[in-house]
Amino acid sequence: MTDDPEAFLSVRDLKVHFPTDDGLVKAVDGLSFELARGRTLGIVGESGSGKSVTSLAVMGLHGVGQYGRGRARISGEIRLDGQRLTDADPDAVRRLRGRQMAMIFQDPLSSLHPYYTVGRQISEAYRVHNPVGRAAARARAVELLGRVGIPRPDRRFDDYPHQFSGGMRQRVMIAMALVNNPDLLIADEPTTALDVTVQAQILDLIRDLQREFGSAVIVITHDLGVVAELADDILVMYAGRCVERGPAERVFHAPQHPYTWGLLGSMPRLDRERGARLTPVRGAPPSLINVPSGCAFHPRCPYAELTAGASRSTVPELREAARRHFAACHLPVADRDRIWEASG
Amino acid sequence: MLAYLVRRLVAVVVMLLVVTLVTFGIFFLVPKLTGGDPAALFAGRQADPAAIAGIRRKLGLDAPVIVQYARFIWGLVAGRDYASGADVTHCAAPCFGYSFKTEQPVWPLLIDRFPVTFSLAIGACVLWLVVGVATGVLSALRRGSLWDRAAMATALAGVSLPIYFTGMLALAVFTYKLHWLTVSYVPFTQNPLAWARGLLLPWIVLAFLYAAMYARLTRATMLEILGEDYIRTARAKGLAEPVVIRRHALRATLTPVLTILGMDLGALVGGAILTETTFSLQGLGQAAVRAISDQDLPVILGVTMIAAFFVIAANLVVDLLYAVVDPRVRLA
Ligand SMILES: Nc1ncnc2c1ncn2[C@@H]1O[C@H](COP(=O)(O)OP(=O)(O)O)[C@@H](O)[C@H]1O
Ligand code: SF4
Ligand SMILES: [Mg+2]
Repeated sequence: MTDDPEAFLSVRDLKVHFPTDDGLVKAVDGLSFELARGRTLGIVGESGSGKSVTSLAVMGLHGVGQYGRGRARISGEIRLDGQRLTDADPDAVRRLRGRQMAMIFQDPLSSLHPYYTVGRQISEAYRVHNPVGRAAARARAVELLGRVGIPRPDRRFDDYPHQFSGGMRQRVMIAMALVNNPDLLIADEPTTALDVTVQAQILDLIRDLQREFGSAVIVITHDLGVVAELADDILVMYAGRCVERGPAERVFHAPQHPYTWGLLGSMPRLDRERGARLTPVRGAPPSLINVPSGCAFHPRCPYAELTAGASRSTVPELREAARRHFAACHLPVADRDRIWEASG
Repeated sequence: MLAYLVRRLVAVVVMLLVVTLVTFGIFFLVPKLTGGDPAALFAGRQADPAAIAGIRRKLGLDAPVIVQYARFIWGLVAGRDYASGADVTHCAAPCFGYSFKTEQPVWPLLIDRFPVTFSLAIGACVLWLVVGVATGVLSALRRGSLWDRAAMATALAGVSLPIYFTGMLALAVFTYKLHWLTVSYVPFTQNPLAWARGLLLPWIVLAFLYAAMYARLTRATMLEILGEDYIRTARAKGLAEPVVIRRHALRATLTPVLTILGMDLGALVGGAILTETTFSLQGLGQAAVRAISDQDLPVILGVTMIAAFFVIAANLVVDLLYAVVDPRVRLA
């Protein structure tokens, strides 16, 4: 995962800070990752850890239409297919949006315009980037509605968002995102607003479509269970930073960071005995204005005392614990492995 | 949409009936309860009891209240005859009766005055919608800029200054000092240009108040809408920002503006009365003021009902526009 020249998307030392009346909110503070074509990355972390801010930064959506105050300060580098998006011409980035990179959001009801038919909204997404007439755009939209599993798509084209169920609405969002065959699809909590039964269907759909379209996919979630079967790689975020990243099977079966252990402890597991002694993460997420010193996780970490004060004084670097598997923790790898083994 | 239309029209008819009932009740029953006698008012000060009794019979004031109301409604729809012995006066539909003061039929008076008030209201309404919404949108898009602060300060003045004050000020400056504009009413059908010129000053004065409110409302709504998830979606599609504003944000911003417009149309009639008085325009408002000081009940009743009709009709138009804008209303 490091410095992969083949990487389709590469994010290097990304920082997104918001000046506010209360102080500087460091929503993302030095995040790096890479993603190859056709691969799926799961970004996991509690609410407020900077996942959405990261995805909006990739899409170039911070600051669009924001005038004057409240503007995000962004530094670092984002490359898509070799092209630098950070400090690119905003209009050039706009033309990539919806065509090369597309996004679906958490709440499909509020994310669709209530006054336009879903068909019109999908057609619009197609026509921004393709010089086609109404009829061709309609045909394309109907095709996509069918592909995402909406029955009688030709009829439903003319329906409004409020006439769909939650799951069907998210299918509409997915159809809209895929209408231009994007190379990168970002799904920000795509199932969080949906019923449990519908969640699985939407996740299956995303996986099937990814195979079909071959896009690189980022799935963002606060629930590790969501990405368990979907992601090739997992990135765990805490307080705007990456605390662990690696191949999904490594992160699930040999997680290296105490925060990840906590997330796994709060994940519904099929093999109950394993991790039976783990508990969900205690306490509340940290302030992003006054981030705790040293390891930002230390006020909540049960193992902070084992590091002779380093957890409180020094920010741990991301270090490779196994091939392609990184974690930012002062505990020696051997100790971490022992603790994880003992818990299972 | 058709079902919605029918529902709305039925509601309008019911509302109109309620309005007639309430105004009828207020203007014919209240004097009765307080001991005033419409027949005596009609007859004038020095009339003898026999004459008053004759008038009472002729106006039908001796009949039970419910019959009076039925006759009144019937008169509105089909006209009615006032008879006292052989003395029969026919009042053609819509019959609002006769002025106690001038003994002239009320309806021609209303027909004469209505275009003045209507012209005043329509012109001001168009002006304030255009100016208010445009100012609000620009302020929202340039939040915190010099333009925004200047516009919002002006809007604050507009909201807080009474029409009397701005009206007098406008007259003093533009009519008496600079001689730019004189206020007069020329029917639109006669000379549209003179019509607009003669009403420009009252339009501006009346619109200033409302444009200020609409600018503030539009700005606040626009800022809220720009934070909506579906605006983010529109941007994520790669739409250029002007398209996002026009096609996605503006349309959603107009809904609350329409809602408030429906409510303000009633207040607008009141505003028109003040404006007419300030600028000496011979509209319904002036007629009402005169009628009230004369205790001329049929005219008061007529003006009130015309005003109510206007408000209800305007509200119907607004509601239909609302349904056109928001599919959730029409498909509910
Ligand atoms: N425009 C903004 N201005 C100030 N703070 C913001 C802004 N956008 C996000 N934040 C803050 O950044 C932090 C991370 O937010 P977000 O990325 O949405 O978290 P999540 O991981 O739940 O998606 C939150 O504390 C949020 O309040
Ligand atoms: S560095 Fe210290 S506080 Fe942070 S996760 Fe590791 S042990 Fe816990
Ligand atoms: Mg989020």
